[in-house]
Amino acid sequence: MEVTPTGQMPTGGSPVELPINAVRPPRPGRLIGAAVALFFMVWLAYTVIVNENLHWDVIVSFLMDGRILGGLWVTIQLTVFSMAIGLVLGVLAAVMQLSDNPVLRGTSGLYTWFFRGTPLLVQLIFWFNIGLVFPNFGIGVPFDGPKLIEWQANELITPFTAALLGLAINEGAYMAEIVRAGIRSVDPGQREAAEALGMSHRQVLIRVVLPQAMRVIIPPTGNQFISMLKTTSMVSVIAGAELLTVAQRIYLGNFEVIAMLIVASIWYVVLTTIASIGQHFIEKRFERGHAALGARVRRNLRPFAKEPA
Amino acid sequence: MTIMQAEPMVKIRSLRKRFGSVEVLKGIDLDVPHGQVVCVVGPSGSGKSTLLRCVNRMETIDSGRVWVDGELMGYAERGDRLHLLPPAELCRQRRPIGMVFQRFHLFPHRTAIENVMEGPVTVLGASRAEARRQATELLERVGLADRADHYPSQLSGGQQQRVAIARSLAMRPKLMLFDEPTSALDPELVQEVLAVMRDLAASGMTMMVVTHEMGFAREVGDQLVFVDGGVIVERGDPREVLAAPKNDRFRTFLGQVL
Repeated sequence: MEVTPTGQMPTGGSPVELPINAVRPPRPGRLIGAAVALFFMVWLAYTVIVNENLHWDVIVSFLMDGRILGGLWVTIQLTVFSMAIGLVLGVLAAVMQLSDNPVLRGTSGLYTWFFRGTPLLVQLIFWFNIGLVFPNFGIGVPFDGPKLIEWQANELITPFTAALLGLAINEGAYMAEIVRAGIRSVDPGQREAAEALGMSHRQVLIRVVLPQAMRVIIPPTGNQFISMLKTTSMVSVIAGAELLTVAQRIYLGNFEVIAMLIVASIWYVVLTTIASIGQHFIEKRFERGHAALGARVRRNLRPFAKEPA
Repeated sequence: MTIMQAEPMVKIRSLRKRFGSVEVLKGIDLDVPHGQVVCVVGPSGSGKSTLLRCVNRMETIDSGRVWVDGELMGYAERGDRLHLLPPAELCRQRRPIGMVFQRFHLFPHRTAIENVMEGPVTVLGASRAEARRQATELLERVGLADRADHYPSQLSGGQQQRVAIARSLAMRPKLMLFDEPTSALDPELVQEVLAVMRDLAASGMTMMVVTHEMGFAREVGDQLVFVDGGVIVERGDPREVLAAPKNDRFRTFLGQVL
């Protein structure tokens, strides 16, 4: 390789190599900060591990306990069902909110206003005790007309159905706002293009608007799902038989309060971790057609990256 | 060969449209005969795009009448009263009218061929196989057969607009509306879109084109309409009108765009 004194205009035809092998400036502050953080974490781990009051053997033995696993299954069911119903309610409320009809808009507004305005805990207790207000449920003529079928509230409202009602209806109110924001994020030109093809309002919504709104709806819905995994623990106030309720029942018998709470927490962390991974893949799926731009930008920013085979 | 038909494809009479307190169209009368290409030009804000959007009722109108192929757009006439058409009827009226937008508005979550298939499958209930066959043909016609599986974000502006034209043609329209189809394109991409439109005009398609491309209007247009301040100020054969504009405002406008 030909070497030219730096700063001189090269005389030959071929360009001259000027490699950069710069020395990084020292960052003592950052180094000290990292050392303090590391020390703190090691100390924290040490105190937790050597602490005899934590009963790690009990924690390990109860991790796969049948009752705990049963509670875990109820937590998963409650989360999945209430999110699914909440999503449907949310889409419905959002579409009503964006309607031209003031009665539909008002109904939807009232729903979100009421269920976001009262505490979930209150709603759960209310649904569990709904029998005090409406002792019987039936299908038939409204306004006290004859009934075809009738149920007693006490048979219908188990802790599980009360929990499902409370969680799903409350979730729907929050999902309505998320879905509404998603729908509004879609370029109005998309709707025009679809309408110019002769699509009906419903077709425009299902084929064009919602699939694009999903990109905006999915990330906060993932957050809601992860939050819901833990919110189900509120159901313990009505003895919902989910993870926390079961853990509480066990520690009322064996007095291992902290150990049982840690067992429940470990499972909650496992669930939220799995949900986060799932969220990542679903987000990728709905990036269709948009991923290309991101990939191109990244490629341009790294001009020396390996070309994909 | 031109077949003279008594009723024009598009008939607009005394059309008025206001946005709030601003009247953007102040009584428009216009005929677009079958198989003709009518180019609408004018300064921005003159109401030319609104005029186009009133034809397939993307905009409601405040007074006047618009007929497409003999059918009154947006209303049913019963007795001596007009009745607003229900949404399903409006969809039926829009189906045979293709529309191409300045900003393309392709569906970004679908590939080029899926964009072209969307109308036939969703609106006309065609089978996916049949729609795919037709879409492949149309993409070939606009010169993009090799881009069928690309998403819109992977296509240039000119390619996107050509896909958008193919998407409209998939509905087998009898009338095509173009709303400044080349205004959002880089100069070197304008010609590929105009070539497709020229080809379409040669095949006998009835077209209404809002454009700033005077060369296209002169070459392909059967009629040129100059809109300014919500009224048609000058109209006629594009070659004659462009060569000897009579109206002062039109002359000034041409001085600015040519």
